[in-house]
Amino acid sequence: MKLSTLLASAALAIGLAGGAFADDKTKVGFVFVGPVGDGGWTYEHNQGRLAVEKEFGDKVETVFVENVAEGPDSERVMTQMALDGADLIFTTSFGYMDPTINVAAKFPNVKFEHATGYKRADNVSTYSARFYEGRAIQGHIAGKMTKSNIIGYIGSFPIPEVIRGINSAYIHAKKVNPDVEFKIVWAYTWFDPAKEADAAKVLIEQGADVVLQHTDSTAPQAAAQEAGNVITFGQASDMAQYAPMPRVSSIIDNWAPYYIARTKAVMDGTWTSTDTWDGIGAGMVGIGEITDAVPADVKAEALALKASIADGSYHPFTGPLKKQDGSDFLADGETADDGTLAGMNFYVEGITGDIPN
Amino acid sequence: MDLSAINPVLFVAGFLVAATPLIFAALGELVVEKSGVLNLGVEGMMIMGAICGFATAVETGSPMLGFAAAAAGGALLSLLFAFLTQITLANQVASGLALTLFGLGFSALLGQSYVGIKPPRLAEVNFGPLHDIPVLGPVLFSHDIMLYLGIAMVIAVWVMLKFTRAGLILRAVGESHDAAHALGYKVVRIRTLAIMFGGACAGLGGAYISLIRVPQWTEGMTAGVGWIALALVVFASWKPWRLLLGAYLFGGITQLQLNLQGAGVAIPVEYLAMSPYIITILVLVVLSADKSSAPASLGRTFHASS
Repeated sequence: MKLSTLLASAALAIGLAGGAFADDKTKVGFVFVGPVGDGGWTYEHNQGRLAVEKEFGDKVETVFVENVAEGPDSERVMTQMALDGADLIFTTSFGYMDPTINVAAKFPNVKFEHATGYKRADNVSTYSARFYEGRAIQGHIAGKMTKSNIIGYIGSFPIPEVIRGINSAYIHAKKVNPDVEFKIVWAYTWFDPAKEADAAKVLIEQGADVVLQHTDSTAPQAAAQEAGNVITFGQASDMAQYAPMPRVSSIIDNWAPYYIARTKAVMDGTWTSTDTWDGIGAGMVGIGEITDAVPADVKAEALALKASIADGSYHPFTGPLKKQDGSDFLADGETADDGTLAGMNFYVEGITGDIPN
Repeated sequence: MDLSAINPVLFVAGFLVAATPLIFAALGELVVEKSGVLNLGVEGMMIMGAICGFATAVETGSPMLGFAAAAAGGALLSLLFAFLTQITLANQVASGLALTLFGLGFSALLGQSYVGIKPPRLAEVNFGPLHDIPVLGPVLFSHDIMLYLGIAMVIAVWVMLKFTRAGLILRAVGESHDAAHALGYKVVRIRTLAIMFGGACAGLGGAYISLIRVPQWTEGMTAGVGWIALALVVFASWKPWRLLLGAYLFGGITQLQLNLQGAGVAIPVEYLAMSPYIITILVLVVLSADKSSAPASLGRTFHASS
């Protein structure tokens, strides 16, 4: 009894002391969909968090909760963070969209930042990266390098962000290789290494010699390495452990500058609700080193494509393009506007199969 | 749609591999529950097995030593649960959940330097000429030793529970620990051994994921298999053969739906994605229409004085 009383009062004292300090520190919370060690999506968000800590040192305190399921459970986690005094909360997965809006309505003084969504409020900003720009480069390399002309694609959930990536990769693979065919498998998870590896194996067994993934772990890379003679691309993170084969390049998400800027805005009191969508040009999307497994001429073309996207002279969605059902999407020379891209819910002409609802 | 893209031989071989982690973990939990203990820490013990096995295999270069270490790691973690529930008489549900949380966190800590490493490969068992039989050879005789061990253990557990004195004692402890105690059986000791067996099996299942099915180490890589194993034990009505059937159904349909998606079959993907859960549950529920029920003492705390 005495011991527990002692412990309780000690905890209370620490709590009070913590409370006293908390006022001059900006507290930044992060909600992660996978573990910080996934080697992909969540890993890079956590790198952004560490960059915030490094930038502001003692003036900032960061907290994070990992493996938070999308849906109601995330609402509980966010509420707890807000109650614990967070000033700014980053919710880093598409499925946190409605929970973020709900919790934000209850805590008008806390700022929220939701990644990859489209719902905003006075205290909710959205931010995302133009991953589809990187997908164009992947598609180009994939189309050039495939020998079986079958490219496997592991999708997570059928949301615009993922569909955009499939379309962008397909358009650019088709452009350099008219015979190319995409096999798309939906894993219905962001992070489940065993399932991701199974999906990759199935695609490889069905003849794919290029596997693109839009899930978070490095498991498909391991499966491709095991199979041999299959190429992959790092997703969200460099995944350089699997270079030079099977990983021949990667899309790298660089959240650090954005996280630092937004934390600074909260400190300065200049934070406003915004919608940020940056790509290769602004540095939010990086292209990992293209390895020597890629022929030199293909590599040079890919780098030229990257440069033209970065300086804005080329848009990955440039007409003439038709939708899967044959109706017109973009006229010759026309480029897709951000609204169309953000809500993209159709395949472009040539992709087989239906998008799940 | 192009069904010819699906190679039935590779498909069957694939689902045998996919089902094996589930078989190990669920079989261990079955024995634990038969002894009257509910251990919800399967996921935690699996992930501990996954990292202990992976690290040992990488350091020693021997996958078999890795599996041994995985079993040891899982059993060691389960001892913590045994101590909490059998010695200090803590609540089994809470202790099991705590074990899962602890296992996930501790494995992440242990595994930090093992990210992105390729483990040594476990060779296929050499069946000689059997391997060359068309179709049957690649399906049945081209796997690693652990896959066969999983099936052998299902048989062993079934024989043990049904035909041996040891199995009778284990079941007695699970049905009525007071009666078993009155007969002079050491309830706590028997349950502790069962819990350790469950831990070792879960560890093997976890290592099968990190060493063979994926093969790599990633934090949290079991991603819920432990919970599916727990559900499977209940739906299989605590019977080893049904458990094997359930695991193959689940693994098989999971593999099949990925294959069908790849082949572009015109079934809505949503239905394909939920089919493993629904079909496995349906089949096992229909099978359990007989009067099989949970061990009567399941989840109840035992103390010799009470």
